Amino acid sequence: MSDVLAIADHRRGELRDVSYELLTAGRDLADETGGDLHVAVVSGPVDEYAEKLDREGVDAVHTVDYGEEFNHDVYTQAITQLYDALAPQYVLAPNSVNGLDYAPAVANRLDLPLVTDVVDLAVDGDALVATREMYGGKVETTTELAADAAAVTIRSGEWPAAEGTGDATVEAFDVDIDEDAIGSTVTGFEEVAGGDVDITDADVLVSVGRGIDEEENLELIFDLAEAMDATVSSSRPIVDNGWLPPNRQVGQSGKVVTPDVYVAIGISGAVQHVAGMKGSETIVAINTDPNAPIMDIADYAIHDDLFDVVPALTEEFQ
Amino acid sequence: MKILVTVKEVATVEDEFEIDGTAIDERFLGADLNEWDDYAIEAAVQLQEDGIADEVVTVTIGPEDAEQTIRQALAKGADRAIRVWDDALADVDLLDVGAKTELLQAVVEDEDPDLVLTGVQSGDDSFGATGVSLADAIDTQWAAVVNDLEVDPDAGTASVHRELEGGVEELTEIDLPAVLTIQTGINEPRYASLRGIRQAQRKPLDHQTLADLGVDDGAVDGDLELTDMYEPETETDVTVFEGSAEETAGDLADLLREKGVEA
Ligand SMILES: Cc1cc2nc3c(=O)[nH]c(=O)nc-3n(C[C@H](O)[C@H](O)[C@H](O)COP(=O)(O)OP(=O)(O)OC[C@H]3O[C@@H](n4cnc5c(N)ncnc54)[C@H](O)[C@@H]3O)c2cc1C
Ligand SMILES: Nc1ncnc2c1ncn2[C@@H]1O[C@H](COP(=O)(O)O)[C@@H](O)[C@H]1O
Repeated sequence: MSDVLAIADHRRGELRDVSYELLTAGRDLADETGGDLHVAVVSGPVDEYAEKLDREGVDAVHTVDYGEEFNHDVYTQAITQLYDALAPQYVLAPNSVNGLDYAPAVANRLDLPLVTDVVDLAVDGDALVATREMYGGKVETTTELAADAAAVTIRSGEWPAAEGTGDATVEAFDVDIDEDAIGSTVTGFEEVAGGDVDITDADVLVSVGRGIDEEENLELIFDLAEAMDATVSSSRPIVDNGWLPPNRQVGQSGKVVTPDVYVAIGISGAVQHVAGMKGSETIVAINTDPNAPIMDIADYAIHDDLFDVVPALTEEFQ
Repeated sequence: MKILVTVKEVATVEDEFEIDGTAIDERFLGADLNEWDDYAIEAAVQLQEDGIADEVVTVTIGPEDAEQTIRQALAKGADRAIRVWDDALADVDLLDVGAKTELLQAVVEDEDPDLVLTGVQSGDDSFGATGVSLADAIDTQWAAVVNDLEVDPDAGTASVHRELEGGVEELTEIDLPAVLTIQTGINEPRYASLRGIRQAQRKPLDHQTLADLGVDDGAVDGDLELTDMYEPETETDVTVFEGSAEETAGDLADLLREKGVEA
């Protein structure tokens, strides 16, 4: 028992990037345990996926040809059966929204300890050492799992994508799905409304977060954006509160933006926000908290009250 | 229909803080109702107001101090609360998903709710996993990251939207009973009214020990051990502008002009 089983992530006919990152994380871990890297892909055009997943370092790809789209009941059954057949030491899943819809169920069913949203993994003797964040990214921690097997979900963007072509064996896994145990049905997908402003088009984004406190105060941000000839975007709470429409939201569940300049004002820099803006050319953070996680990726920063800095900055451009 | 809402009191950290071993020094910690659970409470209370639910019960694994947070949930409209705590829990650094699952499972077995609402994640240790793990343990359906919910009690189903990445939502039908993990933005959590706050003082809040729940002491040890805590390294060479707001704004304006920003 020293193998690693990694579960690919896909949606609406395409493998998601984190699938290739899982291959790298899985290979690294299998190297430490001295085992093989098995990859499973469940549902959808699995043969096409298997070909793409056969990258360097992959020993075997197991395809589960059952249904088109993600269904957590199918995933949970298929993965527990794969686990029984392959007896891996570690199961690696993506910490994606779908990953979080099956990995905890798989871990519970297999009685495996679970550690989620991991940014680094190592093996120390018999223990698995997982690095993860706490308190919205203010601290990093290491956690040791003394168990001889575990389920782990990995954060996207932390491992490089595996490349090249491998010589993995590709096998169709003979799954036995109990249809009576399927109690959920995906009936469709919906894209969240577009709207008139496309923040992905902007060269300069002035982005506002919960630090703005009150809806009325947004005026300060719009004044600044107007003076700078920039576009206003925001973090999630501003949209959750209904202060700005969903098309302004930057992040995992909003838009991915890559402007020349991104000015984060009163935004802490939670991972789901950073996922949408870390590719910006220059990142500026205005935040009273010098330890806010946004500071870890900012190029320029002002550790001060936005209610003092923003009006002064607006004046500079008027 | 009875709804059980899991409510966590999360630890919040001040801007400036110190780490003491594998924990943040208590002097720099505060406590708050978990943001995601606030939305879960609101969803449950709305189902009650709509006549779909007839009882909303909350459950919290936490020490006596957590009662002020539990009272907040009661003030917002939950009918009664259960607080699980035990000396055996006081010594645990990091209560992992498996341990929480066992405790909550025991509560579900006592209460037998038709719907369990949890938050997507806790704001402090952020496993994002307790709800789905619990669903499997109690052998019900589930859905993770729900940002739209309609319950049809006659059909025994729920129609949910699951918020996927990149502005895409998945529309899913699930059988009840079920566990749903609730995402922020699904509703507008209310503020407790003065009347609600007064009433909350009189609502039942039961404390349960492991023995009361019939759970073994060993169940809470878990397999995860926190071995280190530190401040993350910065990935960039950050230039910090210092001085008064006028000075820093002036420096930043110069930089932005250099980058091509023009009025
Ligand atoms: C599945 C999932 C998906 C998510 N998707 C997204 C997403 O797409 N986009 C997103 O943004 N989030 C997303 N989130 C939420 C994310 O986890 C954070 O909760 C959110 O990004 C926090 O927003 P914020 O930084 O504005 O607020 P906070 O984290 O509350 O930060 C506010 C900041 O303002 C600072 N501040 C306060 N007052 C002042 C002042 N006067 N002057 C200057 N600074 C001040 C504070 O120091 C703090 O750093 C998602 C979460 C989950 C679980
Ligand atoms: N100690 C706790 N007491 C009650 N509910 C909890 C506790 N920990 C987690 N939960 C619930 O599980 C959800 C997800 O938490 P987590 O898996 O820890 O990120 C939270 O939003 C809560 O609803």
